[in-house]
Amino acid sequence: MSGRADINAGGGWLGLYVLGYLVFLYLPVLLIPLFSFNNSIQAAFPLQGFTLEWYETLYGNPALSGALGNSLVIGVIAACGATLCGITVSYMDLYGRSPLAATISAIARLPILIPGVIVGISLLILVNLIGLGPSRVSIVLGHILVALPTTVVVMRSRFAAIPKTIREAALDLGASDWTTFRRVMLPLSAPAVLSAFMLSFLISFDEFIVVFFLAGTEPTLPLYIWSQLRFPRSLPTVMALGTAILTVSFIIAGTAEILRHRGLGAARRNPA
Amino acid sequence: MSSTVVAARPLPENRISPVFRFAMLLPGGLVTFFLILFALGLVVFLAFRGNDGSLLGVGLTAENFLTVATDPLYWTVTLRSLVIAGLVTLATVVTAYPVAYYLAFHAGRRRNLLLFLVTLPFWTSYLLRVFAWKIVLAYNGVLNSAFIETGLWKEPTLAFLNTPAAVVVTLAHAYAPFAILPIYVALDTIPKSLLEAASDLGARPFTSFRRVVLPNSMPGVLAAALVVFVPTVGDYVTPAMVGGPASTMIGTLIQSQFGKANDWPFGAALSVCVMLVILCVVLVARGADRRFGSRT
Repeated sequence: MSGRADINAGGGWLGLYVLGYLVFLYLPVLLIPLFSFNNSIQAAFPLQGFTLEWYETLYGNPALSGALGNSLVIGVIAACGATLCGITVSYMDLYGRSPLAATISAIARLPILIPGVIVGISLLILVNLIGLGPSRVSIVLGHILVALPTTVVVMRSRFAAIPKTIREAALDLGASDWTTFRRVMLPLSAPAVLSAFMLSFLISFDEFIVVFFLAGTEPTLPLYIWSQLRFPRSLPTVMALGTAILTVSFIIAGTAEILRHRGLGAARRNPA
Repeated sequence: MSSTVVAARPLPENRISPVFRFAMLLPGGLVTFFLILFALGLVVFLAFRGNDGSLLGVGLTAENFLTVATDPLYWTVTLRSLVIAGLVTLATVVTAYPVAYYLAFHAGRRRNLLLFLVTLPFWTSYLLRVFAWKIVLAYNGVLNSAFIETGLWKEPTLAFLNTPAAVVVTLAHAYAPFAILPIYVALDTIPKSLLEAASDLGARPFTSFRRVVLPNSMPGVLAAALVVFVPTVGDYVTPAMVGGPASTMIGTLIQSQFGKANDWPFGAALSVCVMLVILCVVLVARGADRRFGSRT
């Protein structure tokens, strides 16, 4: 507890409050791993014996592995789409100098202001109209929309942090737009690209509200969990599954965070 | 030809090649105009159609909106959605503000770690976080069993689960990071010299908070309120899982129109109403933002 910051009046009480707030944030979430090892159907105290039974039921469950596979494939494709859109939309917004590019960028950030249920039904109407119907492709479209504001914001702030003179120098030295974009701007924003990709993958992987309307016969992981929540007997298995998802999410989010800081750090040390 | 143009080149901004421009605008253009604008246009179109079981309905009618406006059920549910979403927003912003304040002014070297810890739960499954609250609040759940275990009360109580309060707590928990980040950004951009000036001029800490910090952070507070309010007002998962019948929200009604009830035009009309409500809220927030002088 050193440093000038703690001397400021009120810092101590606020520190305690923040600690309490973190407990409020994490306590309910951490109950899931806790009860996933509990030898009882009921998620209640006192804890019964320790068991790995619930984790064993996860193995060799075809419905679960099917849903997991769907989620992974959809997540990767949707993240590629959302990242591509995020890169191009924010690049053109910052350097394209056209009202159209600015409009596209503004609309791309709009889905934040539309509740998921409306995004879901508007896409449901659309995919039925074009004959696609609820399917994996529809889910990918939905997840691109949900992740788009995030990727645009991430890429926009990264591109904005690159000094304008670098792009101008490349163009003045005779590089074409393509070369400048591919050889200069993309490498300089690589950490942000990766972080945007990971964030949109996580968004897609966890998304439920939109996917509920767009899923055909092949569910994603959240839809599978939703279907299991109705049966009290399968709740411990859901908690084991939840623990696995929490762990992987934490690892991916942590990696994205480290990459982001590395990118920012590199930009600060060496603004080239 | 490229050897002779050196002196004649215009400024770099103005010489983007049309092919490059087209290729770079294409993905975003498709997604924004087709998936967002056109799809939302379809919802508005469908809202004015009658239901005959077909995809785009039949005729041109305002009947859906008349039903929404005249049936007291929809007023009740809309009002309830607004009240619950409003309470969630209030609870989230009020509890998040001190955290953002600490991050901006007191966290020091622990700032990055704290920021990460605060946003981490956002990257875990929303469904699982709601489910976690269900096992906390249930009749046979964690809270009841813990209190019985410690002897605080003898019988488990039904008072936790299936109440609007459960929905408020669960959603306030789910959207906490959304509120902390914008407020923190707003607080962080307040020049420290402003605070020094306030104290030099004799303002006590509380006065300088009320007269300097709070007004200057209002853009962040409004942004936070909007980011929490919008997904909350249309949510149908949390009310279904922890809310019980007494907390049916407008999102639930929309979802059932596209599912069980199979009246898509009416569901579309409800959606249009929700979007109008959100538009009003956005406009009010914009107006308030202008009053406080947005710096973003």
